[in-house]
Amino acid sequence: MAEIIVVTSGKGGVGKTTSSAAIGTGLALRGHKTVLVDFDVGLRNLDLIMGCERRVVFDLVNVINKEATLNQALIKDKRTEGLFILPASQTRDKDALTVEGVEQVLNELSEMFDYIVCDSPAGIEKGAQLALYFADTAIVVTNPEVSSVRDSDRILGVLQSKSRKAEQGGSIREHLLLTRYNPVRVQAGEMLSVEDVQDILAIPLLGVIPESEAVLKASNQGQPVVLDQQSDAGQAYLDAIARFLGEEREHRFLEVQRKGLLSRVFGRKG
Amino acid sequence: MGILSYFRTKKQSSASVAKERLQVLVAYERNQRNQPDYLPQMQQEILAVIAKYVDVSMDDVQVNLDENCSILELNVTLPEAVKS
Repeated sequence: MAEIIVVTSGKGGVGKTTSSAAIGTGLALRGHKTVLVDFDVGLRNLDLIMGCERRVVFDLVNVINKEATLNQALIKDKRTEGLFILPASQTRDKDALTVEGVEQVLNELSEMFDYIVCDSPAGIEKGAQLALYFADTAIVVTNPEVSSVRDSDRILGVLQSKSRKAEQGGSIREHLLLTRYNPVRVQAGEMLSVEDVQDILAIPLLGVIPESEAVLKASNQGQPVVLDQQSDAGQAYLDAIARFLGEEREHRFLEVQRKGLLSRVFGRKG
Repeated sequence: MGILSYFRTKKQSSASVAKERLQVLVAYERNQRNQPDYLPQMQQEILAVIAKYVDVSMDDVQVNLDENCSILELNVTLPEAVKS
């Protein structure tokens, strides 16, 4: 039986797909057979972030409608062993996903993988609810910014009332992943700090990903940022994954980095 | 004046303003979320009954349900004329 993880946020543009790609890849790097499922029907992008956009033949909706088998639709990642991608459909039909259809696909995937990472669409409508409905664990991606924090709190409400776990009287494991964190602005009092966001949302902190040039560079190239192990964001994601797997890791990149003499002279970027 | 304002306490940072606003908002929204689905409808119907006898508006009625749904509190602010 696989563990089903939903990467969700309520608000769009906070880094759900980037985080899904990084977490899925990271879990596979740690030797766990992992599948990344894109639930953003109509606006798929996980394929692009993972660099397999030209290899998409069949998608999640095709599998649900039995137009293709799961094995036909799964795309094997070329860089990371044990990692597969199940792309979303580009159909405009909002009702393409059904609870029964999704359940069947997840059950089948559950036989084949250790982890199923579901990349949720933005919002709290049907698509987002389906992405989180079957989850065991939720990773709530939040930016240190008012609208993102508010929407994260709303999605926590949905997780606690509309998920299958909640309906059965249980609860989904919740994790906070704070992304696009800028310690310089936090120090200047211009940005909510990790502690501020934790005070408000009151869920365990999985990791803090610093605002980083590496993220755009990675998505430009269709390569999950964890593969750039020199980068701050890549390392922060790897730390978060280690914590997810139960390891103790200290939080890094929370303080303003003091530049060394060499990098100050030569203007090297970290 | 210019020198005096220089010594005044530093303005509150925008991040702490954000935190305060969020704390108030999130507390309010959580409270709303925990209310049973029938509450708005019930509030409307109670109001309709009261409005039959007294001139009140929606804003004059507050319905609070405590966390375990054991005490229902209904506050109706009556217009001045009726009180006397």
